[in-house]
Amino acid sequence: MPFKRYVEIGRVALVNYGKDYGKLVVIVDVIDQNRALVDAPDMVRGQMNFKRLTLTDITIDIPRVPKKKTLIEAMEKADVKTKWENSSWGRKLIVQKRRASLNDFDRFKLMLAKIKRAGVVRQELAKLKKENSS
Amino acid sequence: MAAKRKTPVKTRNPDLIRGVGKYSRSKMYHKRGLWAIKAKNGGVFPRHDPQPKADAAIEKPPKFYPAEDVKKPLLNKRKPKPTKLRASITPGTVLILLAGRFMGKRVVFLKQLSSGLLLVTGPFKINGVPLRRVNQSYVIATSTKVDVSGVNVEKFDDKYFAKEVPKKKKKSEGEFFEAEKEDKKKLPEDKKEDQKAVDASLLKSIEGVPDLKAYLAARFSLKSGMKPHELVF
Repeated sequence: MPFKRYVEIGRVALVNYGKDYGKLVVIVDVIDQNRALVDAPDMVRGQMNFKRLTLTDITIDIPRVPKKKTLIEAMEKADVKTKWENSSWGRKLIVQKRRASLNDFDRFKLMLAKIKRAGVVRQELAKLKKENSS
Repeated sequence: MAAKRKTPVKTRNPDLIRGVGKYSRSKMYHKRGLWAIKAKNGGVFPRHDPQPKADAAIEKPPKFYPAEDVKKPLLNKRKPKPTKLRASITPGTVLILLAGRFMGKRVVFLKQLSSGLLLVTGPFKINGVPLRRVNQSYVIATSTKVDVSGVNVEKFDDKYFAKEVPKKKKKSEGEFFEAEKEDKKKLPEDKKEDQKAVDASLLKSIEGVPDLKAYLAARFSLKSGMKPHELVF
């Protein structure tokens, strides 16, 4: 099984440990075997160990160590944000965040909605069963 | 003593720095007008004879001296501070009770009483919790708020909730057992009226929000997978 996602300049990665946990960053340069220079529109460019990064499928077209302005323009052009939010991985993270931020009242309303949906599904199933058996 | 002034005198000698006044002794003599007082009194500073002392009460020697010296306990002038109300608890907040008879019930917070306890109501029609006092420590404050602007809670204080002291009755031998039986406490009518009055406007604002009534009627419980330290209330 060959690798599909490579560490390259322009690879978008997700930070999975540390202060910037959960942020999308772009690999802007490789420092040595273990570290990369990493940048994002809302953070100061800095080094990060590869162990703190999880590579995504998204890459953007940038020269090595671009200026912040060029980086932002390249990210806009490649439309990283929408690509991420439409990917299944990105959508899952958004749902997780939403579920974690639910209020006690929200959780109650969610429970009612789930029960209602299950009731409707069960009704349909019963109907189909009856049609099938008759 | 001479007549006391209504306001204490502000010093006419401002400090240049601490310990050093702006004006010298002679200047201050002039500023205070001591020359005028002397002039009024014929060149001498007025002198008042000491007021006659009131006769001190005749102290009798005590009848009893303890064998050892009795130590007086130290004076305690501590005044406990009023209980601080958590910032997340405001009038109208839905609280989750954590202990007691109504454990798990979601109730509406009305106000903090002077003893520091929280005044809380079900409302009674929704979940059976009457107007009740509850300690802040046994409560989780949710971020759900109910509109309590129509409720008047002025008349409720700690005295309202005090236990009624039964009048002392002389029990004769025969009446002993009967007296015990008749003592089932009935809730006085005016307390029921108070409950209804408070709940009337609350119910209206609760029914305005969808599902809120069912929410308050249900009890809170931890289910599998819920981590309290990660839950947002």
